[in-house]
Parts: sequence; C-alpha cells; structure tokens
Amino acid sequence: MRKSSSKSLISLISDWKILKLKFWNYRDVAAGGREQPFNFRRMWRLTVLLTAGVALVPLIAIIIVDYQMTQRSIESENLMRTARLVSNTHRSISFFFTQRKAALDFVAQEYSFETLNEPGMLQNILKNLKISFGGITDIDLFGPQGNQRNYVGPYELLGKNYSDQHWYQEVCKRGAYISDVFLGFRKVPHIVIAIKRTLPNGLFFILRTTLDTSVFEGFLTGLELGGKSDIFMINREGILQTSSLYYGKIFEKSSLFVPGYARRTRVLKKDDPRTGQIIIGYRYIPETPFILMLVQNRRELLKTWYKTRMELILFLTVSVILIVGVVIWMATYLVNKIFQADQARVATLHQVEYSNKMASIGRLAAGVAHEVNNPLAIINEKAGLIKDLITFSKKYEGDEKLHQLVDSILASVQRAGAITKRLLSFSRYPDISLQPIELKQLIEEVLTFFEKEAQYRSILISLDAAEDMPVIKSDRGKLQEIFLNLFNNACLAMEYGGHLDIRIRVKDENSILVTVTDDGCGMPREDLERIFEPFFSTRTDRGGTGLGLSLTANFLRKLGGDISVESDPGKGTTFTVTLPVKTQIKDGKVACEFY
Amino acid sequence: MRVLLIDDEKELVSTLAERLSFRGIEADWVCSGKEALNKIEEQVYDVAVVDIKMPQIGGIQLKRMIADKYPDMKFIFMTGHGSEEDFLAGSEEAGEEFYLVKPVAIEELVKKMKQALDE
Repeated sequence: MRKSSSKSLISLISDWKILKLKFWNYRDVAAGGREQPFNFRRMWRLTVLLTAGVALVPLIAIIIVDYQMTQRSIESENLMRTARLVSNTHRSISFFFTQRKAALDFVAQEYSFETLNEPGMLQNILKNLKISFGGITDIDLFGPQGNQRNYVGPYELLGKNYSDQHWYQEVCKRGAYISDVFLGFRKVPHIVIAIKRTLPNGLFFILRTTLDTSVFEGFLTGLELGGKSDIFMINREGILQTSSLYYGKIFEKSSLFVPGYARRTRVLKKDDPRTGQIIIGYRYIPETPFILMLVQNRRELLKTWYKTRMELILFLTVSVILIVGVVIWMATYLVNKIFQADQARVATLHQVEYSNKMASIGRLAAGVAHEVNNPLAIINEKAGLIKDLITFSKKYEGDEKLHQLVDSILASVQRAGAITKRLLSFSRYPDISLQPIELKQLIEEVLTFFEKEAQYRSILISLDAAEDMPVIKSDRGKLQEIFLNLFNNACLAMEYGGHLDIRIRVKDENSILVTVTDDGCGMPREDLERIFEPFFSTRTDRGGTGLGLSLTANFLRKLGGDISVESDPGKGTTFTVTLPVKTQIKDGKVACEFY
Repeated sequence: MRVLLIDDEKELVSTLAERLSFRGIEADWVCSGKEALNKIEEQVYDVAVVDIKMPQIGGIQLKRMIADKYPDMKFIFMTGHGSEEDFLAGSEEAGEEFYLVKPVAIEELVKKMKQALDE
C-alpha cells in the first residue's frame, strides 16, 4: 500500500508542471546511445524509496507491534476484571447464604422441637435473626408430614401442608436445602432455606426460613457496572432469578445459554447477534441452584482501546505524511543540486573542449597566415617596385597593359592579405578583452565570409543599422564568433533564394538589439526549448556539433547580453541578440582592455 | 627623414628601401638585429621599421637595447604573424597605431612614418 502510494505520488509530481523539475525529463544528449552516467529520475526514485523505506519500515513495524501488544493487554485486562468482579460478587452472595444457613442450622441443633413449638419462642428467634443478619422475612417449623406447626411472619400461612412442595421433598432428601426464587403460597418471590433435624428416635422436624430477594438483588444492583454491562442470576435451567437488563425479567427463561458447570469462575467470549461480541463471566454458587452471570459488551469495554488506537493511527498517519514529505523535498533538493552541478560540469567541459578547439584552429590559422604573409609581403613589395618603376620612369609611360597587370597583382595581394588578417583576428583573443567596437562594421566584416556562399545560392543579405549607433565596448573576437554562428545557422536553414535580414537598433541608452531573421525552414516548438543546450543539434548527421548556439548564448551571457529565439516551422526563424553598450564582465577574466 | 628597415627577409627590405627612395625617403636596410646595432652606430636614423620575429634579436628586444641610447628614434613594428603574443607585445611597445601586419601597403607605411615623426 505504501509502495503504491509512493508510486502515485511520483506520477503526481511528474505530471505536476508547476515544480518544473528540469532533471525529470532530462536526457543527456551528449551521452548518445551509451549508458547515461546520471539518470536523475532513477536517482530521485531510489533516494525517495530507500530513505522513505528506511524511515517508515521500522516506524510501521513498531506501531504494529505496539498496536497488537496494547490490544492484547487491554483485552486480557478486561477478562481479568470480569473474572475478579464475578468472583467477588460470588463471594458476597455465597457468604450471604452460608451465614443464614449456618444460623438456621444452629437454631435447629440448639433447640428442641418442643421449644421451637412454644408460642413466643420462634418469634424471639426471628427477631434475633432479623437483627443479626437481616433479609429474613419469616420462619416456620414443620413436622414430619409436611404440616406447618409454627409460623412467625407477615403472611397468613399457618396450618398449610407443604409435603408436595418441591423444597420440602428436597430438604427431606438432603437435610439442608436452599431453593430457587419462587412464588409459593404467598405469591411473592422468595428463597427458602430449610434445615432438617433428625432426632435420635428417628423422627425429624424441619426449620425453614424465607429470604427477601430484595436484599439479595441489592448485591447485584449495587455494583454500578455501567457500559451496557448486565449482572444477574439464573438457576440451572436458565430461568432468571433476578431481573436482567437485557436478557429478560425474573422467572423468564434467559435468552442466553446456560454455561457448562465449572467449580471456579470462568470467562467466555461469545457472539451475540443483538449487541455484537459479549464477554460472559459466570460462577456456579455452591450448595445453591444459582449461577451468577456477568455479561459485558466487548465494544464498551474496549472503548479506551479504541481511543488509544485512534491516537496511534493518527500518529502514524501524521508521521508518514511528514516523513514522506521531508524525504521527497530532500531528494528533490539534492538531486536538483547534483543535476545543476552536473550541468555546470558538462557546460564547463564543453566550453573547455571548444576553447581548446578554437585555440588549435587559431594556432593553425596564425601559423598559416605567418607562412603565407612573408612571401605575400615580398610579392607585394616586388610588384610595388615594378609599379614604382613604371610610374616614375618615362620608359613605360603609356603602357596601360603593364599598369593593369601590376595593379591586378597588387589587388590580389591585398585580397590575400585581407584573408590572412581576418584569419588572424579570429584566433587572437581566447579570453574576453574589451575594446570599442562599431557594431555595424563588425557585422559587415563577418558577413564578408558569407558573400561567396550567398552569391552561389542567391541568398539576399540585407543589413539595416539605425543612425547614430553608439560605439559599444565589448569583445571583438566573441562578437565575431556570435554573429558568425548566427549567420551560419541562418544560411544552413535557407534554400536557394532565401533572405537574411539583419537589423541593428538602439533598445535604450544601455542596450542594443540585433535581430537576425531568415526565411528558412524554421524549428518546431519542442526544439526551440532546447537549442541553447550543449550538444543539441538537428544536424548531427551532417556534421553539426550542437555547440554553436550553446556557446553563442554562453558568450552573450559573459558579455552581459542575452539571446532569444522565435520560429515558425516552414516560415523562418528570428534570433534577437541584446548587447549592453558597456559590458560589465560577470565571470571570466579580462585579458586586456583597449581604449 | 632617414629610415632603417630591419627584416630577415632580404628581398622584402631591399625592395622596400628602393620603393621608399622613389618617394624621397632615404632608407637603409639590414637583415638582422645584430647588423642593425652596427648600422645605428654609424648613422643616426629617425625611424626604424622592424620585424618583430627575427632570429637571435627580435624587433622588441632590439628596441629595448637601443631605446635609452637613442630616445628620439621611432619604431614601427611589422609582423607576418598575427598571434596574440605578438600583437600584445607590439602594441604595448609601440602602440596599436604603429603595429602593422604584412603585407603592408607602402602608402600606409609612409603615413605611419610621418605620423611617428610628428609625435
């Protein structure tokens, strides 16, 4: 579940354009088909998954263990408490019966039938029992045939025959008997405790006392259980002996089952279709027909656990959100930093490579220029001398042909000299050096390189410069390279008969705009976003290095300028170069400044 | 105006001297720095046109050797090599104005000489 959520989070972020994480869709073009040294997306995923995993797995494990342990301890605590309550209540009830039974037994053993049969005697005994124990309603004495011989109590029962009553038969059999709750002749719920005393002559009498069930019920109602708990007593047939809150009224059959006999207190868990899971604690009260039942609703008992559980889950949720958030933020931040560092590294590498290349070309050009210039200078002087001779001597006066020939040689030498000078000026400054520059003149110089090509392909070049252009202070070599690149790109984009328009305008007092517009093939939008990236080229199959525009943009940044591009596929492209009138060097050292 | 042309290319300096003479400028020529030092001892020159790159004693070195002794002598540097070091050294010693890259137009050279003398 965590994995799927992190997956969806990843896709969410990748779709989330606002973040504009450049590294997300970055493809290292320079790496080509080889394995990429840095796969930033994978690095990000790995960082997020590993860090989140390391942080979340132990947290979740601890929470699960804690969850289970707490749940188990609360459950067992509940069972224990139920058992304890049942045991304590059982002890009270048991004591209640035992005490009264013992008192009655004492009376039966102590007094003879005759004494007990004396009027006033039983009255006295009842009075004393009531004072000492309470809960006793009446007391009566029976002969062997079940006839009531003496009765003291609030009911008119004297003289009735009980021989067919269940309790009478039981006590005759067992010698002592505690009955269920029943109505009897008096039609009031009561419990009977009866003791049989067998005399040495074989005759016997029975002493009976009845107990008021209200005292007895007082034990149960006084417990203040709360929380949908129910305590009541049933007899062994499952008939309710006290009223229950949920399982019926007194003398009704309990809707619960009768639990199996056990000598000790037992606690069971059962499903109740009406109230859900219930916990039943029960105890068979010895020497009585009663079973003490305590029924508790499990859900109610676990209320404290539910609160704890809620807190645990809340804690876990907040922690997970916090950890995942921090991990994602951290991974994004770090990978972005690495990406930026890598970009800077690649850019530097490319620039060094390019600088080296340019320096080599420069050295080569300078060498060639030097070697060519010396003989060229000699040709120049010799031809000049011939010209001087024929000009200053009268001998060749009027020989137009000779003049033309010499002029032609000198013109060719001048042309060759111009070419070598141009070559030299391109290789001269590897670092930035500022000098006053007439921009129009510089662009015209650069355009001379394209004159021949423009002629061959019928490309119309127009240069439109505003009047009163200020002389700018910038780097000649870099500007030459910048415009050479732009014009070269424009020429490559155009077919036979294209138009290359160059406009120079003053933007404001601090900057100048140069627009280079061609009506060539143009570029699609997705390429436009990337053309200033190093090694992005659409002409790799035709020898393009993809360095030109990246370096152009780089040089411009160094000169404090800027470049932007607009393109319409099929209609043409416009590059707009902004140049400061006075260049402030941002980075890179200044080799020298000329004023 | 007397001019001394110094370049290891004999053909170049000899022709250049001849051409200058047509323009009324007396020019002597030598093919090395060493010869130039001797020549300067014999004769006072107003301007020296000297190649920066020569075997043994180069143009810049030559200027440094004689500048103290002949402070009025002006120098114009020529080079066939337009490298950055040459350019920097030449323009530093003589100013960008008096640094020429071969091939040199004779009229420009004459102009520079006059300009140098005027300073």
